[in-house]
Amino acid sequence: MAVLVLADRGETVSTPTRSAVAAAQQLGGDVHVLVLAQSDAAAAAQLPGVAKVLVADGGATAQGLAEPVAALLVSLAPSYDHLLAPGSAAGKNVMPRVAALLDVQIISDVAGVEGPDTFRRFIYAGNALATVKTADAKKVLTVRAASFDPVAAAGGSAAIETAAAAEDPGVSSFVGAELVKLERPELTAARVVISGGRAMGSSDNFKILDGIADRLGAAIGASRAAVDAGYAPNDMQVGQTGKIVAPELYMAFGISGAIQHLAGMKDSKVIVAINKDEEAPIFQVADYGLVGDVFKVIPELEAALDKK
Amino acid sequence: MKILVPVKRVVDYNVKVRVKADGTGVETANVKMSMNPFDEIAVEEAVRLKEKGAATEIIAVSVGPTAAQEQIRTALAMGADRGILVEVDGVVEPLAVAKILKALIAKESPELVIMGKQAIDDDMNATGQMLAALMGWGQGTFASKVEIADGAAKVTREVDGGLETVSLKLPAIVTADLRLNEPRYASLPNIMKARKKPIETVKPADLGVDAAPRLTVLKVEEPPKRQAGVKVGSVAELVDKLRNEAKVI
Ligand SMILES: Cc1cc2nc3c(=O)[nH]c(=O)nc-3n(C[C@H](O)[C@H](O)[C@H](O)COP(=O)(O)OP(=O)(O)OC[C@H]3O[C@@H](n4cnc5c(N)ncnc54)[C@H](O)[C@@H]3O)c2cc1C
Ligand SMILES: Nc1ncnc2c1ncn2[C@@H]1O[C@H](COP(=O)(O)O)[C@@H](O)[C@H]1O
Repeated sequence: MAVLVLADRGETVSTPTRSAVAAAQQLGGDVHVLVLAQSDAAAAAQLPGVAKVLVADGGATAQGLAEPVAALLVSLAPSYDHLLAPGSAAGKNVMPRVAALLDVQIISDVAGVEGPDTFRRFIYAGNALATVKTADAKKVLTVRAASFDPVAAAGGSAAIETAAAAEDPGVSSFVGAELVKLERPELTAARVVISGGRAMGSSDNFKILDGIADRLGAAIGASRAAVDAGYAPNDMQVGQTGKIVAPELYMAFGISGAIQHLAGMKDSKVIVAINKDEEAPIFQVADYGLVGDVFKVIPELEAALDKK
Repeated sequence: MKILVPVKRVVDYNVKVRVKADGTGVETANVKMSMNPFDEIAVEEAVRLKEKGAATEIIAVSVGPTAAQEQIRTALAMGADRGILVEVDGVVEPLAVAKILKALIAKESPELVIMGKQAIDDDMNATGQMLAALMGWGQGTFASKVEIADGAAKVTREVDGGLETVSLKLPAIVTADLRLNEPRYASLPNIMKARKKPIETVKPADLGVDAAPRLTVLKVEEPPKRQAGVKVGSVAELVDKLRNEAKVI
C-alpha cells in the first residue's frame, strides 16, 4: 500500500519535508504527498519518486491548524499503511493527534527505517538509540530530518489531485502569526550553521555573528540560554527541544555544550567550538577547538575569511 | 475552573544516562529522578492562573510507579491542591497515558489541561496532542503564552519561523514550552503544607484502560561517539584547517 507524507506549508518544499519523502521511499509502496494549499502543489509535484500530490482544498486546513488537518489525514488514512510528516513544529503538532484518532502509538522523530514496522529513534536527549517495532496496523511517524538525506527538489512530475474536504472539528481558530523573515538559509537546511550562546551577552552583540554567517552563507542558531535571554528568537534554538541540525560545518561561539544542546548538533560533519574555558564540554565533541574570547576571535575570523 | 496537570517522573535532566550493557534500556537504578522540566512549567502556569483568580482547583496527576508520589508532592508544594497517582510499573506509552487521562477527565471534568510539551526521557512530544484528539478538544501546543477569557484559551505557540496564536474553545489542552514561565521553587512552609494535601491512588484497570504498550523495544544502543578533535592555536590555523584539511569552507 501507499505512504502519505504531510508536507510543511510553503511554496518551495522545505528540506525537512524532502527528508520525510526520502524516509517514505524506504518504506516501499507509492509515495503520495499532501499539501495544504493549492500554491504549494506545483513544487511538491516536482519531487522525484512522488506518485501523486493531494491538495487540501483550503478552508480551515489552510492555516495548518492541527484539529482540521488531523481530521483530513484521518479521512485519507484508509488508503495508506504509513502516514508521515517531517519532525517540524507543524508535523509534531499534527501527527500525534492523527495517531490517537486512529488508535495508534505515534513514533516520533524516526532516525532510521529498519523495515515497514521497525524504526530507530533517539531517546534521552540523544544519549541512547532505540530500535522499536510497532504492533499497530497503521504506522504514524514523524521524521528526524537530520537522519535522512533529502530527495532532490526537482526531477519528478507527479499528478496533482484535490483531496476531498473533511469536516473541521470547529474547536480552534487561527488568530495570527509573527513570523521572522528569513534572510538566511533555513537552519535545518543550511550547509553551515553558526551558533551563539550566552557568551554573546546581548542581542546587539549577537548580531556580530552576522559577519561570519554572511561570509560563509550560513544559517544562525543559538543555545537555549541565548534564546531565553532574548538575544535570539525562539526558532533559532538548537537542541533537544529546539531544532536538530546536521550541517557540513557547525560553529559554536561561547556555548558550553550541555547535553541538551549537543542533542541538536552532534551529527554535524565538522564541529568547531570557540570558548574561553578550555574545560568546556563542547570541546569533547569538537573537531577543532579554539580557546579564546569570542569578541576577539570573531573579528579575526572575519579578516581571515576575507583573505583567500 | 478546574485545571488538570499531568506530571511525569523522569531521570533528572542533569544525569548523564548510560545505556545498559545488555542493550535492553538505560540505567535507571540509583539515578536521581525528578519531575519532567516541562511539567514544572505546566504546574507553574496552572498555579499562576489560580493566583490570578482564573482557576479554582489544580489536580496533579502522575502515571507511574509508587515513587511518582514524590513528583506529585512537588507539584502540591508548588501550589497544586490535590494529586492522583495512577499506579503502573514499566513503560506507559503516550497513547496509554492519554487514555488514562481521558478516563480521569471523565471523572473530574477539568476545563483545562496543562502539560509539558515533551518528556525528556522518551522525547516523544505526543501525549498532549493525543489526549486532545481522544477528547475532541482543541490543542495549544508548545505554548509560550496562555490567556483565558470568555470561554476560550488564547495560546501563543513557538513554531518554526516564529510565533503563532490560536484561540481554543474551552475545554482545551495546552502543552508548555520552555519560555512559558520560570517555575518557582517550593518554599519550606509550602513543602510542609503539601504533606497534608491528599493523593488518591488508582490503577489503570480501575479506569477501564488497557495500558499495554504498542511498541516493542528490540534494542537500545549507545549512539556512535564523536571523538574529540584537536585544539588549534590561532584563528589563522583554524581557517587553514577548515579550508585544507576538513575542506568545508
Ligand atoms: C528540559 C530542558 C531542555 C533544554 N533544551 C535545550 C535545547 O534545546 N538547546 C539548548 O541549547 N539548551 C537546552 N537546555 C539548556 C541547557 O541545559 C544549557 O543550559 C544551555 O544549553 C546553556 O547555554 P549556553 O551554552 O549558551 O550557556 P552557558 O552554559 O552559560 O555557557 C556559556 C559558555 O560561554 C563561555 N564564554 C563566556 N564568555 C565567553 C567569551 N567572551 N568568549 C568565549 N567563551 C565565553 C563560557 O565559558 C561557557 O562555556 C535545556 C535544558 C532543559 C532543562
Ligand atoms: N506517565 C506520565 N504521567 C504523567 N504525565 C505524563 C506521563 N507521560 C507523559 N505525560 C505528560 O505528557 C507530556 C509529554 O510527554 P511525551 O509525549 O511522552 O513527550 C509530559 O510533559 C507530561 O506532562
